Amino acid sequence: MKALMFGWEFPPHILGGLGTASYGLTKGMALQSDMEITFVIPKPHGDEDQSFLKIIGACNVPVVWKENSWDYVNQRIGSMMKPDEFFGLRDGIKYDFRRIYTNDLGCVDFSGRYPDNLIEEISNYEAVASVLAHKLDFDIIHSHDWLTYPAGVFAKQISGKPLVIHVHATDFDRSRGQVNPTVYGIEKRGMDVADHIMTVSDLTRKIVIEKYHQDPRKVTTVHNAVEPLPDVESFKKTPRNDKVVTFLGRITMQKGPEYFVEAAYRVLQKTKGVRFVMAGSGDMMNAMIDLAAKRGIADRFHFTGFLKGRQVHEMLAESDVYIMPSVSEPFGISPLEAMQVGTPTIISKQSGCAEILTHAIKTDYWDIDAMADAIYSIVKNPAMFESLSKLGLEEVNNIKWYDAGLKVRRIYDSVMQ
Amino acid sequence: MRNICFYFQIHLPFLLKRYRFFEIGNDHYYYDDFQTRERLDYLVENSYLNANRTISEMIRSSNGKFRCAFSISGVTLELFEQYAPEVIDSFKALAKTGSVEFLAEPYAHSLSSVYDTSEFERQVKMHADKIEALFGKRPTTLFNSELIYSDEIGEVVSKMGFKTMLMDEAKHIMGWKSPNYLYNHSYVPKLKLIVRNYKLSDDIALRFSGIGLTAETFVSWIANLPQGENLISLGMGYEVFGSTQPAHTGIFDFLKSLPYHAMEQQIGFVLPSEISKKSESAGALLAPYPISWVGSDKDLTPWTGNDLQQEALNKLYAVGERVRLCTDKALLLDWLILQSTDHFRYMSHKDAYGTHYDSAYEAFMNYMNVLADFLERVQAQYPSSIENEELNELLKTINHQEKEIEKLELEIEKLKAKPKKSVEKL
Repeated sequence: MKALMFGWEFPPHILGGLGTASYGLTKGMALQSDMEITFVIPKPHGDEDQSFLKIIGACNVPVVWKENSWDYVNQRIGSMMKPDEFFGLRDGIKYDFRRIYTNDLGCVDFSGRYPDNLIEEISNYEAVASVLAHKLDFDIIHSHDWLTYPAGVFAKQISGKPLVIHVHATDFDRSRGQVNPTVYGIEKRGMDVADHIMTVSDLTRKIVIEKYHQDPRKVTTVHNAVEPLPDVESFKKTPRNDKVVTFLGRITMQKGPEYFVEAAYRVLQKTKGVRFVMAGSGDMMNAMIDLAAKRGIADRFHFTGFLKGRQVHEMLAESDVYIMPSVSEPFGISPLEAMQVGTPTIISKQSGCAEILTHAIKTDYWDIDAMADAIYSIVKNPAMFESLSKLGLEEVNNIKWYDAGLKVRRIYDSVMQ
Repeated sequence: MRNICFYFQIHLPFLLKRYRFFEIGNDHYYYDDFQTRERLDYLVENSYLNANRTISEMIRSSNGKFRCAFSISGVTLELFEQYAPEVIDSFKALAKTGSVEFLAEPYAHSLSSVYDTSEFERQVKMHADKIEALFGKRPTTLFNSELIYSDEIGEVVSKMGFKTMLMDEAKHIMGWKSPNYLYNHSYVPKLKLIVRNYKLSDDIALRFSGIGLTAETFVSWIANLPQGENLISLGMGYEVFGSTQPAHTGIFDFLKSLPYHAMEQQIGFVLPSEISKKSESAGALLAPYPISWVGSDKDLTPWTGNDLQQEALNKLYAVGERVRLCTDKALLLDWLILQSTDHFRYMSHKDAYGTHYDSAYEAFMNYMNVLADFLERVQAQYPSSIENEELNELLKTINHQEKEIEKLELEIEKLKAKPKKSVEKL
């Protein structure tokens, strides 16, 4: 079985949960012996782990025919793509894409991020997909998130191969209901054309069915999993007097940071031995600093700014409680990461991961009383901490990408019949 | 003659209200009256009253040959007194027939038999007093909460003067032995043990409607048991009649026709307290570790199986001695209610039967908040800086002082009276 996947991010250079999920899923699927995955991303950095799949950078795929010598191509992009492959793909150019601004090789310079001209970048990605669809050999097309739906749809129209799309989030999650019509249009079209839709949680599945009017039979939930941490032993909790309660993520409306501050305020009225950390950055950060000051808890409320890589796990391991009060979270992988380092977690019932976790405290995102209560209970009762930590770790170690991969495989098999 | 020993258990907990940590120290009322009452009303209406009516009819129509026993926890009796006194009246009427026995059990339906022996003794005595006051007869048979039994508990129970105790059929205790005989305690032979036949009990309690059981079939199973197996003990929650098995399944008709079919097969009914007079013990049962009547393992894990439960129980029973020194009535009542096994069952990850919480953790959080407030109140009465022994001494002195003062006052009065007399004489 050969799958052609369109993604937007791939570790180590990631901006959100999409990259982590793409990596885990493909790695889990690669364990199936007859699975061959080609993963397309806009702009690889060359240090991606390609041991279990093949990565193609859309920025190295020509969409406009330009004459170049073998040596020139080798010198320009040889480290990312073999010139022979480049020339092979060049034969796949069947349409006139000269309206697109291309470089000396006839390729598009993708940013691979989320720039202001995102919509343009998405349509350029679609052009790349057409070239690949003409040249590559594959059995199924798999698109990750709305940015890549148009590419998947185009590839399906050209090749006639089935398309499955993977909904990691919808615009309803990102905007608290104030959807962008353009984005909605792209999402809806992708879903309409797809042969099957995979969602990361039942919550998302419900949105897809209700807000995008999809046939429930066409939508299946494949919950995310989490990659085991290779160096889990190296993360230690340093003994300290105060307990640490951590919020980690983008400080934006979707993540519900203000509920965290309010819960902190309630806890601090009753007890002093607790510190609160808000890690990450985002458009609501300054507002949160103001709010903490207004509530008079700034001496116990700390901001770290953006954390990346190892810092994330270090922060999680140092915490006594991890809290994710997201207003709407399609899945939310970070609680699972916290549990991996033995940190008890409190998650909102409005997050997808709540569907598969038992050993985590679940509250409504708006229920700051319940949240404060849970924080208080974990920092005051060692039994609570130990239970959540021990059983949570056990639980999260049993959530494997391999199983998610098998589920995806069954969907592949069913749409190919 | 082959006999069936029927007994029914009734226990309803006071459900705790949502109690947040910021209420600790401010709010000393812990109960969700509405939910407690809703649960109670439902069972009273659908189960208890109907079942009592059926049983009283059975007793009448069988000329008192149908007999059964009830074990009603003390906290439940209090709930009945408060919300459904008609249930108490209905039981009183049953008691008058003489065909019904009321068993003793720890007042609060608690795990005190395992965690705090003196509390266990106190509660059993309290309960026996209450039963005697309500129904006129002091119990001689003990139904420990959740049928918890071990050698150690049996010994305590025997010392308290009980002659018979109930226990469940646990494979690791019984081995090859049949539950259908009377047994005795392993080293206190005068304490008789009635073993619940859990297969036949569950046939009624859990499987009745599923297998379409009729009274005739059920009695024929009992009639076909090997010879010599003459004591069939059937124990279950009373809510089986009308709630677990709703009325439309025909459970009441099943119950009603049991005596007829039983008598046809020469099978009688017997009360737990009568058994030791009627039959001889078949041997001793060794139970070094406590067993209960829940699950297939028949152990205590539904209440004490995880760290949360252990923590809550340890924190609670750590103050037992201290609370018993108190005289504050509200505090003593809370102490009882907080001991009900239900609160700990709700904290189980795998077997939180009847829980109204979303998760074990939520149950634990809520309970611990309540407990924190309770402990603060105990602390306020008697600071923990004073050792228990010391406190005991102090209390003794205080009590003595009172008596001493009384005595002295009497003397003063006498002395005051005397001079008058002597003045008169003069």
